[in-house]
Amino acid sequence: MGRKILFITTDQQRYDTLGCNGGTVARTPVADRLAREGIRYERAVPQSVVCMPSRSTIITGQAPSTHGVWMNGVPLPADAPSVAQVLKDAGYKTALIGKPHFEPFLDPFAAFAENRFAGGEPVNGHRGFDHFLAATHGAAGPLAYSRFILTEHPEFAGGFYPVLDGTLEVNAMGGGETGMPQLWNNPIPKELYHTDWCADQAISWLDSLDKDDDFFLWLSFPDPHHPQDVPNSELGRINWRDLDLPAAYPTNRTQREAILDGKPKHWRMWYDGTLVSNYEAPASWVPSTLTEDQIREFTAYNAIACELIDEAIGRVFAALSARGIEDDVDIIFSTDHGDLGGDFGLAFKGPYHVDGLMRLPLIWKPAKNANVAPSVVAAPVGLVDLAPTFCQIAGIAAPSWMEGKSLPVSEADAEARNFERVLTEWDSELFGVAMHLRTITRDNWVLTAYLPGTTSDGTDGELYNLSEDPNQFTNLWSDPSVAAMKADLLDDLWAHQPKQVTPLRPLVAPV
Amino acid sequence: MTLGSIRNELVIERSADQVWELAGDASRLHEWFPGIVSLDMDGNKRTIHLAGGLSMPEDIVIDDKISRRFEYSITMPVFVFHRGTIDVIALEENRCMVVYACEADPRTMALIIGGGCYRALQELKRQMELQPAKAAN
Repeated sequence: MGRKILFITTDQQRYDTLGCNGGTVARTPVADRLAREGIRYERAVPQSVVCMPSRSTIITGQAPSTHGVWMNGVPLPADAPSVAQVLKDAGYKTALIGKPHFEPFLDPFAAFAENRFAGGEPVNGHRGFDHFLAATHGAAGPLAYSRFILTEHPEFAGGFYPVLDGTLEVNAMGGGETGMPQLWNNPIPKELYHTDWCADQAISWLDSLDKDDDFFLWLSFPDPHHPQDVPNSELGRINWRDLDLPAAYPTNRTQREAILDGKPKHWRMWYDGTLVSNYEAPASWVPSTLTEDQIREFTAYNAIACELIDEAIGRVFAALSARGIEDDVDIIFSTDHGDLGGDFGLAFKGPYHVDGLMRLPLIWKPAKNANVAPSVVAAPVGLVDLAPTFCQIAGIAAPSWMEGKSLPVSEADAEARNFERVLTEWDSELFGVAMHLRTITRDNWVLTAYLPGTTSDGTDGELYNLSEDPNQFTNLWSDPSVAAMKADLLDDLWAHQPKQVTPLRPLVAPV
Repeated sequence: MTLGSIRNELVIERSADQVWELAGDASRLHEWFPGIVSLDMDGNKRTIHLAGGLSMPEDIVIDDKISRRFEYSITMPVFVFHRGTIDVIALEENRCMVVYACEADPRTMALIIGGGCYRALQELKRQMELQPAKAAN
């Protein structure tokens, strides 16, 4: 019997939504305890700030350039490398419960396996998983959670926010008390909401195992990704009117817009509504219309979603205890990317490599028999490091196709194993708009170089000193006083680029 | 702009005439378009039935056997506009290029349908290149 692995991901969760990371809105005692008893990472960075590329990095242990899912809507090939397959081959029982999104959701041709399993097609070890129960942000579509709602509780199917509008663009319709886009009052009972459903399914699957079975369970909550449509019954937890605005939201409009003007021009163009560079934010929404109360209400709903997840994982932990296996399980908690959450007057996500999207919650509590002391790691680590970590937990060598290395268990371990830099990519080419960014996070600096695209001639970029400017207000790209640091980071960035799969795989859906 | 345009193309190592026999036959689309499980023909009207459960009515707009061009339009209400075009272009005696283009309003539908067209071209190539090459007409 080896170490069992419970891998918990959320979707689009900011670093500062956990109490252990300094968050003050959501109460997250379960995650906070996990952090106290395990390893908390202070600079975990995704390799992409949108779902499909980032999730593909998690499962392959490869950068987006290597696995080839270069933007949302590009499917990860069914035969792509998978850490779940590696673990299954080593004797692990494997399951994915919740949001997969390695393949596009918008799929009228039922071309992608993820969208067919709930209809009865056998899973047959797809991507290495024995068990595959999928959910996403509502009751629409062919996934297992949608079928559960539509068949067993159809009266609640219409209560979710319609993520897409009638033209299949991300919906800009507002709700709540402030008219915040993608925010909605949902009458569904808490116990039927996808957060609790995912936890229930995870507990059921754990109950189906023998006590000695080694397992890899990827429990993948769809929240707190937009839409913000948590059950109405939970809205009393947080009064949005009581909340402070985010630290990275200058309340003075002139100051806010000056900050945006110091960044590459697509920032301000999106803010003003003159360019929507990517699919993932509402196409007809103009961020400059975002009000302080809308940010507060978004923050409250988002925090409630985080609290519900925290309580749900507490139930899963209790199930591990009830089975008497809690000491044998490694638990890793993270997310795929963050959310702008009102920072700079922006929300949702896009080609913006700043902390709202790039600084992620990551906690690893090793199994008790691993004898790893609790610690905090400040060195930068990436989601690309998760797959090799799972291999290390399982006591098997990481395959050569994995590009990361197993997570450090302490700051000293990070230093000894050269956790110096993390790279992040953005590529998108959609409806005539092309954006290409390459980013390095190192030594408490973040540098983003822009490749030629719709708004860039390939000479602009961003450079932030995270120690002195934690909100990334001041772009130092053109500041001669830091030219040497910029040159060094650029050299490092280009020297460590992952291998690029060419030609680019085709985009076959919006998302 | 709400119109989206997607173009897929690939080279098939068979003659244009041989490929056109299949690709230009409106009643056989479901034989090479993955995810279309069946179709009904009624004159210049065609209804395709998708694996995901949807049915889409279409008007056949152009069926030009001389230039080997086939055009059709999906007429279901979610589309403000749609035009699908299949061109089979001779390159050499036993080599042709097939271009499958999709324009749609709303633009997102161009991506979704265009993604299906991409997979269809892959399947068309696979099927055609399994067949023995026919002598040119």
